[in-house]
Amino acid sequence: MNEKESKSNEMTSVSENKNKTNHENREPLLHITRRSEMEWKKAWLIRLAAILASLIVCAIAVTLATGLDPISVYGSMFDGAFGSSRKTWILGKETALLLCVALALTPAFKMKFWNLGGEGQIMIGALVTAACMICLGNTLPEPVLMIVMFAGAVGAGAIWAGIPAFFKAKWNTNETLFTLMMNYVAIQLVAFFVIVWEVPKGSGKIGIINQSTMAGWIPSIGGEKYLFMILVVVIVTIGMYVYLKYSKHGYEISVVGESRNTARYVGIKVDKVIIRTLLLSGGLCGLTGWLMVSASDHTITTTLAGGRGFLGVMVAWLAQFNPAAMVASSLLLAFMSRGASEISTHFQLNQSFGDIITGIVLFFIIGCEFFINYKVHVRKTGKESEADV
Amino acid sequence: MFDIATFISRAIVQSIPLLYGCTGETISEKSGSLNLGIPGVMYVGGISGVIGSFLYEQSTDGELNTFLAIIIPLLACLLGSLLMGLLFSFLTITLRANQNVVGLAMTTFGVGFGNFFGGSLIKLTGSDVPSLALSRTSHCFAKQLPFADDLGWFGKIFFSYGFLAYAGIAVAIITSYILKRTRIGLHIRAIGENPATADAAGININKYKYISVCAGCMIAGLGGLYYVMDYASGVWSNDAFGDRGWLAIALVIFTIWRPNIAIFASMLFGGLYILYLFVPTGGNMAVKELYKMLPYIVTIIVLIITGMRNKRENQPPESLGLPYFREER
Repeated sequence: MNEKESKSNEMTSVSENKNKTNHENREPLLHITRRSEMEWKKAWLIRLAAILASLIVCAIAVTLATGLDPISVYGSMFDGAFGSSRKTWILGKETALLLCVALALTPAFKMKFWNLGGEGQIMIGALVTAACMICLGNTLPEPVLMIVMFAGAVGAGAIWAGIPAFFKAKWNTNETLFTLMMNYVAIQLVAFFVIVWEVPKGSGKIGIINQSTMAGWIPSIGGEKYLFMILVVVIVTIGMYVYLKYSKHGYEISVVGESRNTARYVGIKVDKVIIRTLLLSGGLCGLTGWLMVSASDHTITTTLAGGRGFLGVMVAWLAQFNPAAMVASSLLLAFMSRGASEISTHFQLNQSFGDIITGIVLFFIIGCEFFINYKVHVRKTGKESEADV
Repeated sequence: MFDIATFISRAIVQSIPLLYGCTGETISEKSGSLNLGIPGVMYVGGISGVIGSFLYEQSTDGELNTFLAIIIPLLACLLGSLLMGLLFSFLTITLRANQNVVGLAMTTFGVGFGNFFGGSLIKLTGSDVPSLALSRTSHCFAKQLPFADDLGWFGKIFFSYGFLAYAGIAVAIITSYILKRTRIGLHIRAIGENPATADAAGININKYKYISVCAGCMIAGLGGLYYVMDYASGVWSNDAFGDRGWLAIALVIFTIWRPNIAIFASMLFGGLYILYLFVPTGGNMAVKELYKMLPYIVTIIVLIITGMRNKRENQPPESLGLPYFREER
């Protein structure tokens, strides 16, 4: 961080220099141009370098803040993520959930619709799933219950995203804030129903739903509880890749994202595309909520989504909206959070330390995009030659 | 039953962190930077103040020097928020990264930063409850005007707050004046509307953008400080600040980018925020949760209405959220 700030000061002083030197009719010290297209190998090398640099800064932060040996801290992070087969499965589950949210948000972002409401769409999907399990759990036959739960969760998520989309399409309402506010409406709805359904009364918790009958629980495949969930997300990943790359809808999304006027000119109904895409986006978020309640947690709390709606934005953006690259970026972020929770128990640090490390890593990856998109030329004193950075 | 004077004074106390956050975000948005990191900045502002006052309280026994007890947390808070502002500016202005992504990352980082150092300080004191009490510092911050108690309900509504509350209102009025009536404000607004034109007119874009983002963050950080030192009587507990940062961002739209309107709008939001405590629900706890939705629903309605009415002077700054690169205009 200090490194960065000193750099920023440097940059501002550079712009001041610019003014001075302009008076003397000289070239500015730093000159920035846009790169045409970087080789993907080189681009990933820069990203990798950024991650390494961020890990070094994190190590310094760890030592400064806690006085621990950073190498043993990283070692135990790795241990927390891959240490045992159970831990690896949990990492797989976390990656799958994060990936699913990121995939859900991707079509909206490609359209330049900032869906920051992933959190709320997950919650509302989870709420409907839990409601089905509680109210219909012992009346409907199991297969019917499963279908109702799935359809209800996906539908609820779709509606939750569809409302802001409708107003965006009709009256160009600011979607960033609309979706953000919908999160809190959903969270309060969950808080309301948690108190209505609480077991035992006055505890403020629902507890495990249908513990004895296991009604509405996704059965584990081959003894692995999370395998089903991971398979579902694999299917969603492939589906989203094909949808965005090869379908007519995917093409329309890209055109609307690049320029609405162009889209209108070529005869795409922009309103329809916005609403349709957001129904898909919200529906997939609802699906994530369904997976969480039915296949993993079997309960619902107000913190169930746990910031995944926002982390999903990061995952999608870091991968430049490419579903294949998203597998890597969601694995990175899931690894960070699992590893961080391990170091917090192992070294008795606060759980939030993980957020700090994740933040630092994100800043570096975000910052390194500059060096992928732009070229910096440095003026050599007195000479014409230029060096690339 | 419904004690109006208590309700209003508590609504105003609730409103001050929102007002600081909203004023700060308005300055930054006017220059074209949509800073979604404000919730994180407010956490960092709060915890920096707490760290400052914690160190000061540890170093002195007995009576605190009122001046030092106020100035140390204040400066620590401003410094912490300034660093966050510089981080946002560096990434979005100099490196031209996407503002939404940087903002969300800053919120993750800031909330984690606050909770980590909050948790560590709590552990240092070795207390049984998961919170850290700085009651001596808070006493200096929350000192109300001397004649507040003598004036009954009138004193309660107008004079019963700590100095940061009045400072918040003053900052909002001054900001409003600067943005609307001074040359600096004109430059900031010009950049927010159309940076290329402002650049052609000879305005130093980067300088003004850096200044407005950093100033905005510092003001927002004070909201976090007010929350800990005055509202929460110097008690820091993790995650207590909650979602007020997001509400402050919503308030910017609610007030159509005018800090002077924000003074009253934030009080309205503060009132909605605590309404559930005052509405008789007959022991039905669940309904209270529904009342907590109110501020968000009102924001949504305002968003829809401003979108529908589509008046030119009520629209967001034209280049809000877009990076500026001279060679691409």
